[in-house]
Amino acid sequence: MSAKTADKIATTIFYIVIAIVVVLLALLLGYILYKGGRVISWDFITSPSKTLEAGGGIGPQIFNSFMILIISMIFTIPLGLGSGIYLAEYARPGKLTDAIRLCVETLASLPSIVVGLFGLLVFVNLTGWGYTLLGGALSLTVLNLPVMTRVCEDAVRTVKDELKEASLALGATKWQTITKVILPVALPGILTGIILTSGRVFGEAAAIMYTAGMSSPNVNFEVWDFTNPRSPLNIMRPAETLAVHIWKVNSESLLPDAREVADGSSAVLIIVVLLFNILARWLGGRLHGRLTGKV
Amino acid sequence: MNTLKAKKRNEAFGRFITFLCAILVIIVTFSLVIFIASKGLTIFLKDGVSPIEFLTSTKWRTEADPPQVGALTFIIGSLVVSVLGIVISAPVSISSAIFMVDIAPAWGQKLLQPVIELFVGIPSVVYGWIGLSVLVPFIRNNVGGLGFSVLAGGLVLAVMMFPTIASVAADALRAIPEELNEASLALGATRWQTIRRILLPAATPGILTAIILGLARGLGEALAVQMVIGNAMNIPSSLLDPVHTMTSIITMEMGNTAMNTLPNDALWSIALLLLTISFIFILIIRAIGKKEAYK
Repeated sequence: MSAKTADKIATTIFYIVIAIVVVLLALLLGYILYKGGRVISWDFITSPSKTLEAGGGIGPQIFNSFMILIISMIFTIPLGLGSGIYLAEYARPGKLTDAIRLCVETLASLPSIVVGLFGLLVFVNLTGWGYTLLGGALSLTVLNLPVMTRVCEDAVRTVKDELKEASLALGATKWQTITKVILPVALPGILTGIILTSGRVFGEAAAIMYTAGMSSPNVNFEVWDFTNPRSPLNIMRPAETLAVHIWKVNSESLLPDAREVADGSSAVLIIVVLLFNILARWLGGRLHGRLTGKV
Repeated sequence: MNTLKAKKRNEAFGRFITFLCAILVIIVTFSLVIFIASKGLTIFLKDGVSPIEFLTSTKWRTEADPPQVGALTFIIGSLVVSVLGIVISAPVSISSAIFMVDIAPAWGQKLLQPVIELFVGIPSVVYGWIGLSVLVPFIRNNVGGLGFSVLAGGLVLAVMMFPTIASVAADALRAIPEELNEASLALGATRWQTIRRILLPAATPGILTAIILGLARGLGEALAVQMVIGNAMNIPSSLLDPVHTMTSIITMEMGNTAMNTLPNDALWSIALLLLTISFIFILIIRAIGKKEAYK
């Protein structure tokens, strides 16, 4: 076989592989949305779930997923931003920096179930809180801290040296340079990273099933006093998320319509993840355009 | 206002705050390791189970008297499912990386980057649910067995490993200097010859890293795998046999055993094993990184 023929065959195979990958993704998304689309209704996404009979919804689970995401991000974003800035701007080569990097890598590579078990030990047992929304959010913070650190470090590193040097030459301190010059320029990268990470947090189940719990007892959406155990805003209550709910209805529940509930929940999860992805792209592009004067 | 003293204070403040965040990453990592280790070592230190037995025996009868704690069944289960996932996923993922970087850099990147992000974005429970509702019945009806099998687990993992392997391998290929590519083409080599003889060998360390990260993803994945492998205490003799993995036994039994009893402590030992494995992977990846074939 001549080299040219081999090249043509190889190229064809590459195109076939890519076609398979793209078609597989389209089939996956199409299947989830099609199956879920037949279940999703306003009633389904707002009404509470049922344990024994058919016809329950996923309202509290959707709410819990967003609550956990927001609370977890309140911790993750500043911490990740801080450590990312430290690694990109302040850290000098040495043992301490090596140790931080090794920790980031180790933490990032841990199976999410192990992070969940750590959460069970610390945020459930040691604190004596039991299963709480806050415990779940903190476990997710542990899970995402390394990701956020990397996102922020990378975003800060991409800022051009000329900008930093110009600011320093004008007499600004390094910290002033970081807050006034570097962060605004790095913002599109950081925001895109935050939104994409949020999508993953939203769908995470293994890390929170044993910290936020697998039940969502009697949340009353008319009680807005956050100290009331029945209030949806109470962060010290058990809070089953959508992703955990999908796992639970498949493995432990007695629901006659478990299939429909799982189909609908999967579709809602995917829709949210898709929205996060689109939002990240749109915002990233828009902010980049505005900051570089192209809009 | 902008006195030297105020500036110094401002600078020290920034450095201190970001430093605290970075130190927190170390504290979190260390406390995670210490907490998991202290629970995970209990069966060896307190109950006198031998670590050799734990790693080499297949007899998991933690409720029996005397209890038998052999985790080999789960270790083999995890390995078989993950290795099958790699065998299916690596060729497709690496081909996609090559396509994106070397064959169609103009539009391949634009097409595949969002595709990879969406594959990452699909939550693992949704992969598990699709596996359970589509793949398992398909295998049962068209290939044989119960459907819940090594094969189902491997296929689900292959899809989940794809974005990890593809994006890390693409980074490795991108890092190869353009001159290598051009020199080869200028000498009259076809594109396929260049890919096979020049680019792939030069990117081997990076591609190995990609495969190890994929393997780590597979070994650590809990829910998606647990939903499709059948969870039977069984050393598989064919791809259609059901298995149990390290993560699946933790997922299923953690809620069913009481804290501080031997059946529960034994699960923490498996968690410790998972943590150790992911740490070893990190060390291997670092060793590979130090020995880059081309710099």
